[in-house]
Amino acid sequence: MNDSFREAWALLPDYLGQHVILSVSALLLGVAISVPLGMIAARSTRLGTPLLAMVSVIQTIPGLALLALFYPLLLALSVVTQDLFGFSFRALGFLPALLALTLYAMLPILRNVVTALEGLDPAILMAAKGVGMTPRQSLFKVELPLAAPQILAGIRTATVWVVGITTLSTPIGQTSLGNYIFTGLQIENWVFVLFGCVAAAVLALVLDLLLATAGAGLALRSRPRLILAGLGLVAVIFAALVPGLASGLTSGLASGPRHGIVIGAKNFDEQYILAELMARRLKREGFTVSLKSDLGSTIAFRALGAGDIDAYVDYSGTLWGNVMHRTDMPGRQAMQDQLAGWMAAHYAVTSLGSLGFENAYIFAMRADRAQALHIKSLADLANHPQLRIGGDFEIFSRPEWRAVNTAYGLGSLKRRQYQPDFLYRAVMSGDADVVSAFSSDGRIARFGLVILADPQAALPPYDAMLLVGPAHAHDAHFLAALKPLIGGISLTLMQQANLMVDRDQDKQTPAATAAWLDQRLRY
Amino acid sequence: MIEILNLSKAYAGSEALAVSGLTFSVPVGEFLVLIGPSGSGKTTTLNMVNRLVEPDGGDIRIQGQNILESDPVLLRRGIGYVFQEAGLFPHMTVAENIAVTPRLLGWDKDRINLRVHELLEMVQLGDGTFGSRRPQELSGGQRQRVALARALAAKPPILLLDEPFGALDPVTREAVAADVRAIHQRLELTTLMVTHDMTEALLMADRIAVMRDGHLVQIGTPRELVTRPANDFVAQLIETPRRRARALAETLNA
Repeated sequence: MNDSFREAWALLPDYLGQHVILSVSALLLGVAISVPLGMIAARSTRLGTPLLAMVSVIQTIPGLALLALFYPLLLALSVVTQDLFGFSFRALGFLPALLALTLYAMLPILRNVVTALEGLDPAILMAAKGVGMTPRQSLFKVELPLAAPQILAGIRTATVWVVGITTLSTPIGQTSLGNYIFTGLQIENWVFVLFGCVAAAVLALVLDLLLATAGAGLALRSRPRLILAGLGLVAVIFAALVPGLASGLTSGLASGPRHGIVIGAKNFDEQYILAELMARRLKREGFTVSLKSDLGSTIAFRALGAGDIDAYVDYSGTLWGNVMHRTDMPGRQAMQDQLAGWMAAHYAVTSLGSLGFENAYIFAMRADRAQALHIKSLADLANHPQLRIGGDFEIFSRPEWRAVNTAYGLGSLKRRQYQPDFLYRAVMSGDADVVSAFSSDGRIARFGLVILADPQAALPPYDAMLLVGPAHAHDAHFLAALKPLIGGISLTLMQQANLMVDRDQDKQTPAATAAWLDQRLRY
Repeated sequence: MIEILNLSKAYAGSEALAVSGLTFSVPVGEFLVLIGPSGSGKTTTLNMVNRLVEPDGGDIRIQGQNILESDPVLLRRGIGYVFQEAGLFPHMTVAENIAVTPRLLGWDKDRINLRVHELLEMVQLGDGTFGSRRPQELSGGQRQRVALARALAAKPPILLLDEPFGALDPVTREAVAADVRAIHQRLELTTLMVTHDMTEALLMADRIAVMRDGHLVQIGTPRELVTRPANDFVAQLIETPRRRARALAETLNA
């Protein structure tokens, strides 16, 4: 408990700093766009109504989805600018997060600007005209000052929203306080999750309080209050900038050339461990290495192709279905070979080969339950249509599920979706009778689950493949550091490593586990 | 001299003309009151004089100059206007409200301060405490006095007043009305005032213009209206204050 807290505390300057920079940038951009837009919208109903409707619709898109959508969008745009103007920008991390959050900030500000301006007393507007003000003078000397308190209220609402939603920028590669939450959920470190939530809430409250002080200062024309609020805002931003700059935040911004190697990881323990392992070996060879963790499943591959990350581990079945969009089953080795050829041709991505273990989709049941129902294989499930089957967020929309369903007729089972780590709890507590799981997960053995056989071989292979991006495909020094991983990690070894991070007692960090794993590799 | 020639105005969505074929003139130094029932077009007429409302037809000349050919913003800076419910800017102090037009005209700070002080004296708010107050902290009468000061700040030769005493209690009303008339006299202004109160019109005006349904019914001095009303409508308008005066006299004599 104390260790987790100390670890979380040590990460705070970096996470909080990047969180503040992103939130404040998005808010400033949101204000800069929404206030003028609101002034235009307030003058023209024909423009105002559709505009407000549009930002309201944006607001209904779930935060995580909106953030994720900006990645492919920017990636496409980056390709276009590369073709047309010869420059590209990084489509991962800061930029997509900034744009999505700016859109989120717009609704409350825009709506308040419009209602505040439209709600002004017509007699006052008439008076402004009557004393000889031009429309512009009327706007700046009368209308905006009178609308200011309500506009500020909109900015305060936007601030609280944006600071909260910034936590969701972690999966698209932007460090934020959300790193505590996403990582904490993965490794079941509730101190981390709580720490992230509390830190984001405190930040939101502090910013809100400063804006409220500024508002009171404006209303009462109290210079001390305004100065206090201004100093407070500057202090928060400055405090955020210092560690951010020190840790090389600038490399995450816009188009500047990136220094060092970036290793990617998706959002689960095995990926953290393998990324740490790669980073460890590259650092030993003198490379400067940083990690980008918690990448969305397909975002990781695109990021590799685009050069946003330099290497990561992906699984043959995932790439086959999600990236190559193939549904046929050519067999283990043929799949790897065809994948390697296709990725090289289309994305200049090189596969160094399989690590030696498979992290396949499997279906598992509690041993006692399986025995009681006489279930040994997926084929037996068809006789028990009342059973509940739990899956992660992707499984039921994947071709694997269709293949299994076609092979064994499982359409009548009741489906439920869980965050991957809750799947084990679900099956142990009886919330689900059968769950999807991953073969390399150490908890299968620990919880005494039985893996249901797949007699028709409907489930594809999921060999862990080490992928390298275009920049280092021919870097012998780089490749030499990673080569020993190929064929070096057996399924048992990976299961043990995963369990070291997953277990409740003597829990290890991914970095410590990577060190343990490193000692067991052949050089 | 304000000359109004064949002036007309129709509002969008309404068939009837708000003002139709209106012609009259106001000599320099005159206090003219526009009177008539609601919807008679009197406020529309007043607002066309500083182009808060744009006429659809006809001409308005001030000192022989057609105002429809001049810049409306500059025109308004040269004409004082007192609004129905004062129309003071709630986010500005009394002094800032008064200084609005001089500031727009680019006067220097000392001149503005001097002028604000002078005007506060003129409208009987010169005890030194009013300048820094907000309009919300003032009584209705005080607000109307500030509005008058604001209208006069840039020394306009013409003053327009739109039912300026409508919201005031009778005692305050009388006091402010007397001050307005006195200031008109002292500054030799040309004043146009809209009201629907005939007693007020009779007591304040040099001449009264009676309007009905957008037309001018009669224009003349109070005495002319009382002795020779043009028709029954004018006679009835005049009758109200006379009847009240008689009733008052009887009550006091009884």
